[in-house]
Amino acid sequence: MTDTYAYYPGCSLHATGKEFHQSTEAVFEALGAPLRELEDWNCCGASSAHAVNPELTLALPARNLALAQRQGGGDVVMPCAACFNRHKAADIALRTDEQKRARLEQIVEFTFDGSAQVRTLIDVIYNDIGLDRVRAQVKRPLNGLRVVAYYGCLLVRPKTVNDFDDPEHPVVMGRILAALGAEVRPYAYTTECCGGALSLTAPKSAARMVNRLVGYAREAGAEAMAVSCPLCQINLEMRQSKGGPRMPIFYVTELMGLAFDLPGAAQWQRMHLIDPKPVLDGIR
Amino acid sequence: MLFWQEVNELSGQQIQLCYHCHKCTSGCPVAAEMVHGPDQLLRMVQLGQRGAVLGSPDIWLCAGCEACGARCPNDIDIAHMMDALRVLAVREGVRPALPGVPKFNWLFMQEVRLTGRMHELSLMGLHKLWTLYILPDIPDGMRLFFKGKIPILPEIVPAARRDVARIYKAVEEDFNRE
Repeated sequence: MTDTYAYYPGCSLHATGKEFHQSTEAVFEALGAPLRELEDWNCCGASSAHAVNPELTLALPARNLALAQRQGGGDVVMPCAACFNRHKAADIALRTDEQKRARLEQIVEFTFDGSAQVRTLIDVIYNDIGLDRVRAQVKRPLNGLRVVAYYGCLLVRPKTVNDFDDPEHPVVMGRILAALGAEVRPYAYTTECCGGALSLTAPKSAARMVNRLVGYAREAGAEAMAVSCPLCQINLEMRQSKGGPRMPIFYVTELMGLAFDLPGAAQWQRMHLIDPKPVLDGIR
Repeated sequence: MLFWQEVNELSGQQIQLCYHCHKCTSGCPVAAEMVHGPDQLLRMVQLGQRGAVLGSPDIWLCAGCEACGARCPNDIDIAHMMDALRVLAVREGVRPALPGVPKFNWLFMQEVRLTGRMHELSLMGLHKLWTLYILPDIPDGMRLFFKGKIPILPEIVPAARRDVARIYKAVEEDFNRE
């Protein structure tokens, strides 16, 4: 069974989230659901537009939705939590608020037909592709890897944008990780924000938030965290305290690629700020 | 129009519904870094303490994580209130308690206007020069660079750039008129 998905990487996945971009494309290919990147996409404005101009906050992602519509509609996979959140919010406004739709259609110069659906990566993998097809690809199970699934904020909140999982007690990512053979530890801070938005502007505050989350992950018995957001990944690695042992932060797709034994996996690991090798050496 | 009505209009919220159950502040991951915290700040908006609210570091510290909105029994999206307060503070020229945040936002939005996409290196670099917070992040920045994760040149896609510039123009004409 082959299905193709439209794909919106967003700005970070073309830069500091490079291994998220590469592992996402490779994993979808392996699962028989190749991605085609939207042509001519623009930045969705996360995470500044909403603090500057409410109309631009909706208009920037609306242009990408117009492109998706023109390029065949269907599901658009958005791995980045912030991009997903902003596009979904624009999509909801276009679907439910006639006044806003009229205004956005005028600004962006298109007619909304609702044929494109905003989806996030873990939703598509879990609900469309399904864990059976994931399990079928596992060649090197992650036995013995103790990990927590960390969702953070924008993937699951507000509840209006999250139509795939519980906003306070999400399970989708944990189930994907368990299907890879990893030992998923229960983690109470799974939806607590890491302060990625403050990483550059209030680094000390971000560091305190990060170290709290990493400390609790360690207390939960984990040796690594899995994320589905480029801002979480870089913030959790970069602002993690440099004294003492440090916990590597993986993209969920990186761990999938590793379990699928994809050729790119070794290269993605070298792109981390925190060397994940010691943790991965523990896989039986 | 009263301050809270203005905030309601800009944010699409009904903040008068708050009965101060404190759930937002209890769950706010940044509350420990704030002076007031979300529910007190909301109360200050209700009381019309415009200067104290717009001059507070709290409006810039909010990470916009929506934990408050998800838990509010009155369905007030407090992160949207925070966004509205930031827009008002900039519009009224209030001196920001945490200048690094509005500087970041300004650079971000200018960059998107110019190229249609965000380019991390120039955004981070210019922000560091502007705020003079440079040295602590140089080692990690260099490591990311040598790992090939920091492209030097921005991606400029002509169609995206043209459309985005047009969108900015259409939106801002209205916004500046208000």
